[in-house]
Amino acid sequence: MMARRLEPLLPIVGVVALLAIWWLATFNQWVDPVLLPSPGVAFGSFWKGINDGTLGFDFVKTIYRTGFATLIAAVIAIPLGIILGAAERLYRSLEFVIDFFRSTPASAMFPLFLVLFGVGDETKISVAAFGAILVILFNVAYGVMNARKTRLLAAKVMGASRMRVLFDVMLLESLPQTFVGLRNGVSLALVIIVVAEMFIGSQDGLGHSVFEAQQLFDMPRMYAAIFAAGALGYALNLLFILAERSFVHWGGK
Amino acid sequence: MTAAVTQHAIRQETPAVPSSPAVGGAGKRPHVTIRGLSKRFDKAVIYDKFDLDIPRGELITVFGPNGCGKSTLINMIAGLIPLDAGEILFDGMQLKDIKFGYVFQNYREALFPWLRAFDNIAYPLKMMKVPAAERKARTEKLVEFLGVKLDLHKYPYQMSGGQQQLVSIMRSLVIEPEILFLDEPFSALDYEMTLFMREQLQRLFMQTKMTTVLVSHDLEEAVYLADRVLLLSRYPAEVADFVRYDGAWPRTDETLSDPEFIRTKSHCLEVFQREVRR
Repeated sequence: MMARRLEPLLPIVGVVALLAIWWLATFNQWVDPVLLPSPGVAFGSFWKGINDGTLGFDFVKTIYRTGFATLIAAVIAIPLGIILGAAERLYRSLEFVIDFFRSTPASAMFPLFLVLFGVGDETKISVAAFGAILVILFNVAYGVMNARKTRLLAAKVMGASRMRVLFDVMLLESLPQTFVGLRNGVSLALVIIVVAEMFIGSQDGLGHSVFEAQQLFDMPRMYAAIFAAGALGYALNLLFILAERSFVHWGGK
Repeated sequence: MTAAVTQHAIRQETPAVPSSPAVGGAGKRPHVTIRGLSKRFDKAVIYDKFDLDIPRGELITVFGPNGCGKSTLINMIAGLIPLDAGEILFDGMQLKDIKFGYVFQNYREALFPWLRAFDNIAYPLKMMKVPAAERKARTEKLVEFLGVKLDLHKYPYQMSGGQQQLVSIMRSLVIEPEILFLDEPFSALDYEMTLFMREQLQRLFMQTKMTTVLVSHDLEEAVYLADRVLLLSRYPAEVADFVRYDGAWPRTDETLSDPEFIRTKSHCLEVFQREVRR
């Protein structure tokens, strides 16, 4: 009875355990306190960063870049994915190229994009968008191609034209898979943006904050920035899951 | 060889069977005429110069060995699968010139889960470019006509299997079709629902007397619901028999013990077994 009521608290167990081990490790000085400050010190730095606005500013910058990159990727990849998915022969002929670049680490494209766009925000955003486009495109196209055959036949038998079938059936059928693509796309965009902020002439952003704190040996601030990046990634994922639930109410049913 | 000739030949071998008047007899023109229909999948010849007349205003059930092409037949008539050769005419007209309804076995995949039941039912009217207000009126009229007590504001996935199939049948009826095709419409339902749906279908048929072609994998159901049972042979499919059953509508539990029903059923079984062993 008691156990049943405590069940919703289960996810907290892992968090508490992690904090306990961290605290024990610093309290007993198993690790050099300079490399690993106590949880209290690290969260103190996080709190300070939020309050004086420095961490918050970096946080917003990273959100802006990741969001912009994902938006560009979605605007390009979703219509393209639908077209490619609806014309399966076209997709098959481009499949190798898409898979090849999807498998290429986007970070390997930095030098090329630096040449094209210089060291500004454009480079970071466009590399992230490039990575996300391929992930979203691939998922949308497969979502369209895997539309239930019976549903397509049902629309056809009711006299729907090819265009109608595309918009009334294929598009909606592909939505769950499109959201999978968007979720993977935004995660990848965040990874690329954070890496770019570290190494490509950045003055701000969470990646820059982590890197700078490490250079200055300000370990509490570094952990604070890492934590902020983790929280951002988690929140973005959650946001897309919630969006999917309200858009694709029939998903999984 | 026409269907009528085939029937005649078989009838002579089995004189105990109630005689089935040839389709198109007594001055009634057949609704659907199939001539020289051929279809093959890879190397398997499913139909080879197949001829059939489907009478108007009757409920025809199609029964035959597994994989003989029962569903293929109605799918070709309804234009879901192209023919390799042959011609199918409806009162001399092409499929595109008539209104027909089609009910899939898999209602879960045939309905649109993103539309409420009501909008699912009204969808074919949208394809016919009927204005929104009239779509609503016609759908409401159909609901009233059928006396369906369902919350049509629900989404399909919020409904039971039987309710979903009922919605799917209503969707096929909203355009007021001249002919209705059903591909094993009840085989994904539990038994209780199947009985209920058979009743619903009978009521509908009695009210409209619409030409209806229903594929079944259950011989008892095939006879129970039929004016005529179309028995197909193994592929390449031919008409093994086209058996008439004149039991009074609606068919009830008593139908099952009607001597005529039992005789027709055992005759169908006999034909079926002969075809399976062949």
